[in-house]
Amino acid sequence: MSNATTTETKPAPPPVDKMKIKIDGREIEVPKMMPDWQGKLQPTTMLQACAAAGHDVPHYCYHPKLPIAGNCRMCLVEFGTPAMGPDRKPVLNEDGSAKIAKSVLPYEPTSPRGAIACATPISPGMEIYPNSPATKQMREAVLESLLINHPLDCPICDQAGECKLQEYSVDHGNAASRFVEEKVHKPKHVDLGPRIVLDDERCILCSRCVRFTKDIVGDDALGFAQRGSHNTLTNFPGKQFDNNYTLNTVDICPVGALTSKDFRFKMRVWFLKETKSICTSCATGCNVIVGSREGNVYRYEPRENDAVNSCWMCDSGRLNYKWINREDRLTEVQHLKSKAQSWPMALKEISEVLRKASSGSVAIVASARQTNEELYLLKKLATKFNAITDSVPRHGESDKLLLNADRNPNSNGAKLIGISPAQMGSNLPKIADGIRNGTIKTLIVFGEDVTKHGIGTDLLVKLDHLIVSDILPNKTTESAHYLLPGCAHAEKRGSFVNAKGRVQRFLQAIQPKGDARPEWEFLHELVFNVTGQNGFASIEGLFNQMAQEIPAFNGVTWAVLGDAGVTIPT
Amino acid sequence: MPQQYRLILKNIDAPGYTNDLDCYVRHGGYEALKKAFEMGPRVSPDGGTVSGPEKIRKTVLESGLRGRGGAGFSAGLKWSFVDRKSGKPIYLICNADESEPGTFKDRQIIYKDPHQLIEGMIISCYANDVHLAYIYIRGEFPEGARILKRALAEAKAKNLLGKKILGSDYDLEIYIHRGAGAYICGEETGLIESLEGKRAYPRIKPPYFPAILGLYMCPTIVNNVETLCHVRHIVNMGGADYAKLGTPNNTGTRIVSLSGQVKKPGYYEIEVGKVTIGELINHENFGGGLLDGRKLKAIIPGGSSAKVFKAGEKFKLKKKGADGQMTTVEVDMLDLPYDFDSLQAAGSMSGSSAIIVMDDSVDIVEALANLSEFYAHESCGQCTPCREGSLWMSKALHRMTHGEGRKQDADYLLNIAQNIQGRTICAFGEACSWPVLSFVKKFKDEFEAKGAADESRNKVAATSKVTIAASPQR
Ligand SMILES: Cc1cc2nc3c(=O)[nH]c(=O)nc-3n(C[C@H](O)[C@H](O)[C@H](O)COP(=O)(O)O)c2cc1C
Ligand code: SF4
Ligand code: SF4
Ligand code: SF4
Ligand code: FES
Repeated sequence: MSNATTTETKPAPPPVDKMKIKIDGREIEVPKMMPDWQGKLQPTTMLQACAAAGHDVPHYCYHPKLPIAGNCRMCLVEFGTPAMGPDRKPVLNEDGSAKIAKSVLPYEPTSPRGAIACATPISPGMEIYPNSPATKQMREAVLESLLINHPLDCPICDQAGECKLQEYSVDHGNAASRFVEEKVHKPKHVDLGPRIVLDDERCILCSRCVRFTKDIVGDDALGFAQRGSHNTLTNFPGKQFDNNYTLNTVDICPVGALTSKDFRFKMRVWFLKETKSICTSCATGCNVIVGSREGNVYRYEPRENDAVNSCWMCDSGRLNYKWINREDRLTEVQHLKSKAQSWPMALKEISEVLRKASSGSVAIVASARQTNEELYLLKKLATKFNAITDSVPRHGESDKLLLNADRNPNSNGAKLIGISPAQMGSNLPKIADGIRNGTIKTLIVFGEDVTKHGIGTDLLVKLDHLIVSDILPNKTTESAHYLLPGCAHAEKRGSFVNAKGRVQRFLQAIQPKGDARPEWEFLHELVFNVTGQNGFASIEGLFNQMAQEIPAFNGVTWAVLGDAGVTIPT
Repeated sequence: MPQQYRLILKNIDAPGYTNDLDCYVRHGGYEALKKAFEMGPRVSPDGGTVSGPEKIRKTVLESGLRGRGGAGFSAGLKWSFVDRKSGKPIYLICNADESEPGTFKDRQIIYKDPHQLIEGMIISCYANDVHLAYIYIRGEFPEGARILKRALAEAKAKNLLGKKILGSDYDLEIYIHRGAGAYICGEETGLIESLEGKRAYPRIKPPYFPAILGLYMCPTIVNNVETLCHVRHIVNMGGADYAKLGTPNNTGTRIVSLSGQVKKPGYYEIEVGKVTIGELINHENFGGGLLDGRKLKAIIPGGSSAKVFKAGEKFKLKKKGADGQMTTVEVDMLDLPYDFDSLQAAGSMSGSSAIIVMDDSVDIVEALANLSEFYAHESCGQCTPCREGSLWMSKALHRMTHGEGRKQDADYLLNIAQNIQGRTICAFGEACSWPVLSFVKKFKDEFEAKGAADESRNKVAATSKVTIAASPQR
């Protein structure tokens, strides 16, 4: 089924112009042009060519999604180009091969002149020596320089474990320092803004954070003050570093200079389990890594996906995880009349209720925060009772970078699956009317507080049956006849369709709290009990079945979604 | 007899010569501009037409003029690199940041003969289809900026600037921009960033060559004050005649700033290569010799970044004999002709043509410590090797001059400097490491002796612990 057609099928690209160069003695053909930080084709750099040949040239200031600065000099490499005779023709060796002139200092021809791989374009016949003694010497010297004024407070540094300075020092550094002078001291605990703390002594002045906020966000909030070795990263006087993307600078800071107030000192990074997931705070669906340990979520970090969020995510989405660990999470199956209820009893009773329900007497309010798989199962129930369905729209302000005005992660899924009408929320008044005039006797609510959306408690009390599944308590859960504790997305698997029609899956990071169960699991049971249809009892199976049934999904499979997702027409 | 040749300085310091427009015009000022406007278009031998501006560019190339700011790069060649097909405006910037220690030539022109510069600029702008030009002047020259401002206003009032200059169809505006006191603003790409209102962080090359992606990402020419003045004389004299001044490949005249321990420090204009270093120091037409009873120890030949020459140092130079054969001759440092190529061949450079003379009263370690402190202070701090290395060297030298030297410090310094040169974004990397490399190599015995003396004294004084003198934070 991997022949799924998607909008990504484009006409075959024109053949790529290539160039032959040598890297570490091996000849390799690389494209003459490669995408720069904005995705525009530009002459291929030495660093890109080396990466294509499997050589990771160490670097600090270079970041594939930021304009090139060339300031750290960590990526210096020794290189040579075909020697040219006075007649401007290549000079040949005795064996007929092109003679290579190694690049040397014009004023000291015995010393190699390196080039920064991150910014230097390759040229035909060029030879790059990423592992030569001269390259290693240049690298060691840069590292030594970076370390002489570094506080070396790794034991208390949040970056320890994911610090490029630590990493490269182990790989490329000298063990002992010759530095006997006094170190430069700089501010240690600088409050840059509401979410970021800066340790200027740890900063290696790579300007990644400066370029990010200026060139990606468009908020020229950071810069350097002072001169020379006293250079100090700072926010402009009187201007807080407070846009909705500040925390990305913590991710791209190669050292522990920028730390997240939310995360600092909470957890050593090497204890964190990393799970591929999706942010649920808006319809963009930024790809994230959930960092968790022993059932608790500690942080979200963006996960690169050029079709969605590049390497970034917004602060509001990133910090919107604390509710997962809230004390008042719903963790028990509840029934109004009897106290403790178990899943089998509740599902049995609900099944009986629904089996007896007549066509048109049931309404379903689902949530556009639910997964495709859950909505698909709810749709099956809806079809059985000819139920009127809807979900709740959620809006905020959008920005130019990532944040979408639609704050539901799966509005497109809800629409494609047919739970939500084209105008999301337009059925809610009809449902309210139906309850008021007594035609609707059973209401199923998932993940929304309908009392805030025109179906107040005065209406809810009129229902014969109010079946609710949610994660946190609210007015609707308080009125429920049956309350089924559901899962945060970090506690289950599933998929969403983002604003641009990208179907993306997310994986389970932590175990559900208490008795909570993934919604698709118990919905699957209910659908079987009520309709007799037995779908797949696995998320993969469910997804694949849905994609077969619903034309828009084009028969995409769970496996094909992969980590980056697939775009479908919406 | 070695003599001055005052081309640029012709009127400067002449009795009664003032820096206003009238005086300049009385002395033949702006005649070269009129001549420039009359130069084209002409039919060239091959039948094509050569525009006036193109003709001037060819004349400047023919003159052999080399940049007087530091690198000595051919001005005509630099102009030929300008991207004239981009459809973007072309800018010209006059580099009046003159900050290289020892250098005080551009300021003579700015303060005493500003119209000479303005005329040179107008011609250069006309030659390069520039309609907007800037003078980037060092922040420490507030009076110079005021003088230039007045001169520009005078020129504008006489339609030497503005729209349809002197009845031609050529428009030009020149603006003054004052720096804020940083040496790095003299580096051309740092200057451009500063002019754009940013921190003067020099740009990486590739891709930001000023001729292609300069000011506001438009093609840009950056030339030194003195270089631009020469353009006026080249147009006046013709390229071929100008090239007869000086020596082959080192044409024209050049103002030398002579400072340090000589009897008559000052600025002297010479035909390039026609006067030796020794003559500049000792001849009565120039420095007039060392102070009485002193012996020469060293000179820095081209501004503080140039590698030092030690008294008595000999160089093997290739020389073309009368028969056209190349022969190698041994030349004493003092007998080096003061020009671009000889000084480069001797391992240093003529740089900003500033000679700093040091006699035997100078403590060479102190002298280097002083220079290094300057460079540590002026490093812009953008790139790692220079940012960290410049302060590191300065701290080590400070320690050495405060009785805490070590014998190994000589090699320590050489190694730090070696790790800077050639690895940085801009030539400041060389500027800060070359003094250290040359001083320590050429006076290694003095550095080691000082370190060894400190070590043995400190060993006696302290029972065990070696304390390191607190280094300057600045
Ligand atoms: C650190 C540094 C400082 C410099 N300072 C000056 C300066 O003050 N004045 C100047 O004309 N050139 C200075 N230069 C040289 C300029 O970068 C540039 O080469 C020059 O202005 C070009 O003019 P020219 O070709 O007419 O010499 C400096 C270069 C460096 C690397
Ligand atoms: S804070 Fe981090 S990202 Fe910013 S300049 Fe310093 S080291 Fe680079
Ligand atoms: S832009 Fe949207 S999806 Fe991305 S992090 Fe922010 S809230 Fe989450
Ligand atoms: S070499 Fe020095 S002055 Fe030049 S960019 Fe680097 S740090 Fe700045
Ligand atoms: S990665 Fe920093 S200079 Fe290339």
